[in-house]
Amino acid sequence: MKYKSVFDIIGPIMIGPSSSHTAGAARIGRVARHLFGRKPEFAKISFYGSFAKTYRGHGTDVAIVGGILDYDTFDTRIVDALTIAKQEGIEVSMTEEDAVTDHPNTARVIIGDKDGQIEVVGISIGGGKIEITELNGFSLRLSGNHPALLIVHNDKYGAIAGVANILAKHEINIGHMEVSRKEKGKEALMVIEIDQNADEVIINELNSLPIVQQVVKIHD
Amino acid sequence: MFRNVAELIELAESKKCKIADIMIEQEMDVTGRSREEVTSFMDRNLTVMEEAVLRGITEDVRSHSGLTGGDGKLLQEYIKSGKSLSGDLMLDAVSKAMATNEVNAAMGTICATPTAGSAGVVPGTLFALKGKLNPTREQMIEYLFTAGAFGFVVANNASISGAAGGCQAEVGSATGMAAAAIVELAGGTPSQAAEAMAIALKNMLGLVCDPVAGLVEVPCVKRNAMGASNAIVAADMALAGIVSRIPCDEVIDAMYKIGQSMPSALRETAQGGLAATPTGRELEAKIFGIPLNEK
Repeated sequence: MKYKSVFDIIGPIMIGPSSSHTAGAARIGRVARHLFGRKPEFAKISFYGSFAKTYRGHGTDVAIVGGILDYDTFDTRIVDALTIAKQEGIEVSMTEEDAVTDHPNTARVIIGDKDGQIEVVGISIGGGKIEITELNGFSLRLSGNHPALLIVHNDKYGAIAGVANILAKHEINIGHMEVSRKEKGKEALMVIEIDQNADEVIINELNSLPIVQQVVKIHD
Repeated sequence: MFRNVAELIELAESKKCKIADIMIEQEMDVTGRSREEVTSFMDRNLTVMEEAVLRGITEDVRSHSGLTGGDGKLLQEYIKSGKSLSGDLMLDAVSKAMATNEVNAAMGTICATPTAGSAGVVPGTLFALKGKLNPTREQMIEYLFTAGAFGFVVANNASISGAAGGCQAEVGSATGMAAAAIVELAGGTPSQAAEAMAIALKNMLGLVCDPVAGLVEVPCVKRNAMGASNAIVAADMALAGIVSRIPCDEVIDAMYKIGQSMPSALRETAQGGLAATPTGRELEAKIFGIPLNEK
């Protein structure tokens, strides 16, 4: 089931005018920000489908940048997000893409600074609910509604067991889990939605596994 | 966990409880939160709805484009004149639904029910019925859980996205949700709530999403008005004992299939329908400062 909570239906509290094109866009931007982990210096945003056709009218542009500034859906600063981003020295560019995507409300967000960048593809599936469908070229499905761990690791036996053991030791329950890879035996990505927020101790322990390259956590 | 309306009604009837209770219990189960946490969260949503309605019917709300605003307030003044033909309760619901959507169009704060573009129907009907049925705060919160339960089924079995399923998925869903919640608030049975949802949604089937200039304004605000009135009529019909010949779950499924066969021009792309009328195009050109011949 795509929708699990009644508050996906009655909610979110948000700045208008569109739950999919404004609130959903803000959430996509905000997940990208959390994945990047710090304020970026640039943001390259591509809109597809209905997003590309109507983003100005729906405030999709200000909302997604608001999300990148770490604003929630009801933060009234969203209205001025483009100006605020400029003041904070974030270089924002937007393009309307013609390519046909699986979902009509799709956005690709690349944010970064001189030390690195991330590329996130998000879809807004209705009522403000979103899914992240791609991260740095990996296919995945992440709702952003639960705390989650994203673990980049070597595609090798024992990776999942090693991670699961650490989570079990700290009594962290896994709600949903997906593993994907670009190519057999190369880099792989584990996406784990968990019931509790994971603290630094757990992150450090996961990072110390030889098979793990990088751990990113997303808070509730 | 209920997967469709039939299961939802079955659960409420076998437990001899309200649909709202089934939704609250499921939410507690899924999130691990207490009843108090879940209901207080909904209370907060109710407060946001109340504030949006009040703002829309008392302030001169205008959207950035200038296309919408002030109609909810205008209708309140008309009700006061005592000349209304369709009845004060009906027009009050319509006015409050429009007021919410006008606040939304002006980038004000609202609560999506189930979406922002259709955010007027559920609160509009609730705050109009408040005057007649005098519900407690708790019953008003339950109203939102009941509406949410039906919306939950639609979202999981069909769609609540205009880009995916047209306006029938947004205002249509909201109308069905409100119709069911009205029945429960008025003391009807769970199966009467399902009949109201079916009757309301049937009359929204095929409704396209064709916003002028891609803005959630024209015709969205007035579609919320019609959604609110449709919901009240459907609820009255169900309370009178009228049943839908097509069961609620099959109506939801029909809505989904109609949405899938709708051309993209009529699914929130501003390429067809009212958006593509000469006046629609003219307004679009004016708002975005683009010469008409380049569209």
